[in-house]
Amino acid sequence: MNARAIFAVVRKDLKVVSQNKGVMLPIVLFPLILFVILPWLVVLLPNLINFAGVSPANVDKIQGLINRMPALQQELAKYENNQIFIVYFLVYMMAPFFLIAPLMVASVIAADSFAGEKERKTMEALLYTPTTDRELFVAKMLSGWVAALAVAFVGFVLYVVAANAAAWSQMQRIFFPTTMWLVMIAWVVPALPGLGLGVMVMVSARAQGFQDANQIGGMVILPIMLLVFGQAAGVMYFSVTLVFLLGLVIWLLDGLLIWLGSRSFRRGKLLGA
Amino acid sequence: MDNLSLEVDRGEIFGFLGHNGAGKTTTVRLLNGVIEPTSGSMRVLGLDPQVDGPALRARTGVLTETPSMDERLTAWDNLSIYADLYGVPRSEVRKRINDLLDEFDLADRAKEKVGGYSKGMKQRLALARALLHKPELLFLDEATSGLDPIAAHHVNELIERMARGENRTVFMCTHNLVEAQKLCDRVAVLEHGRLVALGTPAELTRQYVRRLDVEIEVDEAQIPATLGVLRSLPELVLGEPAQPNGALAVTIDRRESIPEVLACLVQNHIRVYRISPQEANLEQVYFTLHEEKEGVR
Repeated sequence: MNARAIFAVVRKDLKVVSQNKGVMLPIVLFPLILFVILPWLVVLLPNLINFAGVSPANVDKIQGLINRMPALQQELAKYENNQIFIVYFLVYMMAPFFLIAPLMVASVIAADSFAGEKERKTMEALLYTPTTDRELFVAKMLSGWVAALAVAFVGFVLYVVAANAAAWSQMQRIFFPTTMWLVMIAWVVPALPGLGLGVMVMVSARAQGFQDANQIGGMVILPIMLLVFGQAAGVMYFSVTLVFLLGLVIWLLDGLLIWLGSRSFRRGKLLGA
Repeated sequence: MDNLSLEVDRGEIFGFLGHNGAGKTTTVRLLNGVIEPTSGSMRVLGLDPQVDGPALRARTGVLTETPSMDERLTAWDNLSIYADLYGVPRSEVRKRINDLLDEFDLADRAKEKVGGYSKGMKQRLALARALLHKPELLFLDEATSGLDPIAAHHVNELIERMARGENRTVFMCTHNLVEAQKLCDRVAVLEHGRLVALGTPAELTRQYVRRLDVEIEVDEAQIPATLGVLRSLPELVLGEPAQPNGALAVTIDRRESIPEVLACLVQNHIRVYRISPQEANLEQVYFTLHEEKEGVR
């Protein structure tokens, strides 16, 4: 493997993406809203207005939801009543949303890197270089992976600060990150870009442009939405065990997708019509 | 591609002619191992493109039909990234980029994004990129497309210098038949993926151009009589003679008919001041081949 060539492709892809407002806007805005603004809304809104989400009736509903999951009830037992709502939202409900960020960033960058490059007709010159198919595949995967992890880790740091700061008046201590979040950041988040990238490699070979690939590849977040709904319905919650198993499944899927992708990755398929 | 078989010598400027969709770009892709053939074999610089693609591509340079530059990056970034991809020694990267930017008159705009460049500037930058690693074999797909006459002349000089001075091989796909005639040692004509002609421009014109354009200058007062004589030779003189700039422009069936036409004019007391055959060119070869193929189809 020619590391210099691989890093040249990564450098090129990241530079091109950083110059593309259409790609950068969702990459910057989505984590900003989710990880910085939302914690403040969750904590401050109930104090400012008669927020429907935390009306006494709805607090009872949430308590009812929690009661359906004894393990979660036990984990939340150490918190006082006024803290449970904050912890439930900021720790548990936000966890699956957080997973969307690396998946989305990886998908958007891969769509730009494969289908976008094909659309801009810059791919052909790259294919005439001495890079092997494997080096190109690794480089393209690495671009999306590096960017997705960078956004996820920066987003996590911002979220840690925002969640603790926003909830300080109620919690009176640094309550976040929890063990479950640390497992998620160290084990699940690094696996997620592989899922988006693996799907996008397959989609991009057929897609003719960035929008085309992005729309089809964007469906990769649907399983994460199932986790959001599953937790909101009280079917499951983000326990350490569940997060560990989730990571395991994603890593296995990554392995499968990367294996399939590298087998079918041929430079000739990347040429536009 | 269908039964394409050809050899190109080292140091040769080889022209690859054909209309859009004839298979020129596909051939370049095949010869560089970018796509796989369904059957057949190839050796380029002694290597099999399918087996030794990366090693081969390190020794070839390709100017693609569209400049294929990253328009959001500067010219300098574009070249430095490709210097890494082609494995140009790190110690030489800066000098090579500067030299090429100077050579192609882009040095003063090297730090600007390529998106703001004119078509000709992008084409020059793409050519600089193709030469960055000093390839032994250069594939040029419409090298002078979009260039102004001075820039095109400069590129043609560069092509000649590379082949004649540095013994590098140039494989040029082109629609510009005048350029091909002037530059190429040999040309191949491709039609619907098939090779229909191969040889030096002179060989091809001798072989394929049977009609010959001739200019005949006679006494102005004798032009009507001359037209009468020429019209009486339908087996030798094809079509209606034209009369641009005082002289008569005539198409005759072949070079060997010139003395016969001249003899007829003299026998009819026409005073011929000048009779000059126009040299056949690749353009005529190309159209003859195209007409033949269309006739067959």
